[in-house]
Amino acid sequence: MKLKRVVVTGLGALTPIGNNIDEYWDGLVNGKSGAAPITHFDAAKFKTRFACEVKNFDINEYIHRKESRKMDKFTQYAMVVSDQAIENSKLDLETLDPDRVGVIWGCGIGGIDTFEQEVVNYANGDGTPKYNPFFIPKMIADIAPGHISMKYGFRGPNFTTVSACASSANAIIDALNYIRLGHADIIVTGGSEASVTGAAMGGFNALKALSERNDDPATASRPFDKDRDGFVMGEGGGALILEEYEHAVARGAKIYCEVAGGGLSADAHHLTAPHPEGLGAAKVMENCLENAGLSIEDVDTINVHGTSTPLGDVAELKAIQKIFGEHAYKLNINSTKSMTGHLLGAAGAIEAIASVLAMENGMVPPTINHHVLDEKIDPKLNLTLNKAQKREIKVAMSNTFGFGGHNACVLFKKLEA
Amino acid sequence: MSDIASRVKAIIVDKLGVDENEVTAEASFTNDLGADSLDTVELIMEFEKEFDIQIPDDQAENIGTVGQAVSFIEEAKK
Repeated sequence: MKLKRVVVTGLGALTPIGNNIDEYWDGLVNGKSGAAPITHFDAAKFKTRFACEVKNFDINEYIHRKESRKMDKFTQYAMVVSDQAIENSKLDLETLDPDRVGVIWGCGIGGIDTFEQEVVNYANGDGTPKYNPFFIPKMIADIAPGHISMKYGFRGPNFTTVSACASSANAIIDALNYIRLGHADIIVTGGSEASVTGAAMGGFNALKALSERNDDPATASRPFDKDRDGFVMGEGGGALILEEYEHAVARGAKIYCEVAGGGLSADAHHLTAPHPEGLGAAKVMENCLENAGLSIEDVDTINVHGTSTPLGDVAELKAIQKIFGEHAYKLNINSTKSMTGHLLGAAGAIEAIASVLAMENGMVPPTINHHVLDEKIDPKLNLTLNKAQKREIKVAMSNTFGFGGHNACVLFKKLEA
Repeated sequence: MSDIASRVKAIIVDKLGVDENEVTAEASFTNDLGADSLDTVELIMEFEKEFDIQIPDDQAENIGTVGQAVSFIEEAKK
């Protein structure tokens, strides 16, 4: 069977550097850092006391309390960004066939704040279980697409993908494939995460994964810098409307770009550390190119996973050089995590959006906070350091890798006339 | 309004997100105040916590209106 083509027709974002698509893009091109001292809980005794939190956000401005109180924050973020994306896509909800619209969401952890509160509540009691009936439906990672479907009546494919920090890239790839195969005309996809909580920060601190640069949070996320010391926790969400090409054309939709292909692989190496030579990372870029029917010379930019960890950044660049060879020097490589922090299961979504917007605006967002290049990194690579770079982009790649060794890669390309 | 009735009302307003004036004695949680089965379970738990009482499941099934909740709690607190 001939696979259908899939395009992006709507975007929504709630991030540590902007609470909608325009603010997000403005933050990205201007190199804004979203990091600041933690306000969500008392982090005084934690090794890391800062994060990239969503700011100036009050859910009551978006959803009635009657609904929002039954949602963990990760679902509230999902509702806000999916609303934005649906509005942005100008879908006519009156004439749409709801059986042909799905929601495939990405979330790495789920409602960990809810989980903590309920367990602490139980532990502080006399042993009598007093769990709230909304505990489970607030916590489970699949509930966000459930809520979105209930709000809009979308009855197509509906589930959450969980692959740690690759979760929402997996969601986008699943959405792509379901539309390619004809299971739906439209899929609301993306991801959200709300893990700036005591248990999550403490847990990632125990893994030695987080930056501990408490004296200067804004420069803590510094991918490729010699003195990088771990990632900065972020939170928020991003949504993309993926639509079958003919369907989008028929309704006169604004088409941002085509989703050219997706790649998937595993490191099969270690719980949390990447393969030192980036074997899985190389494989995923290779099979993504193959899936998209593109060659290495077609690619203009790679928004890397680049979390600012000592091992990960080097392994990923090795993988890029292995796959792209001499063409690696012609790429714009950038890590938007330098600004947004690491949104875990939502990273793939907001970074895919960054790639789409970079293509739309002919501008590559920078990798900020660069001071001294790590000697293990080839200085001839263009890592888009500190300042955004103008560039006509025809093909953009977005990488995300998750604990457990899950790798996902998505390729976007400008729609050919 | 008794102290119990006003505390019950406050819980209902908070949990169901309804206006105070909708919370009349005759109002049914499910038919009038928009509660689903999970909301109802939560309301019963909140009453237990607020008034430090136990409401067994078989008796909780008989509490369907605001007035029935107030009566049950008044009886339990005697």
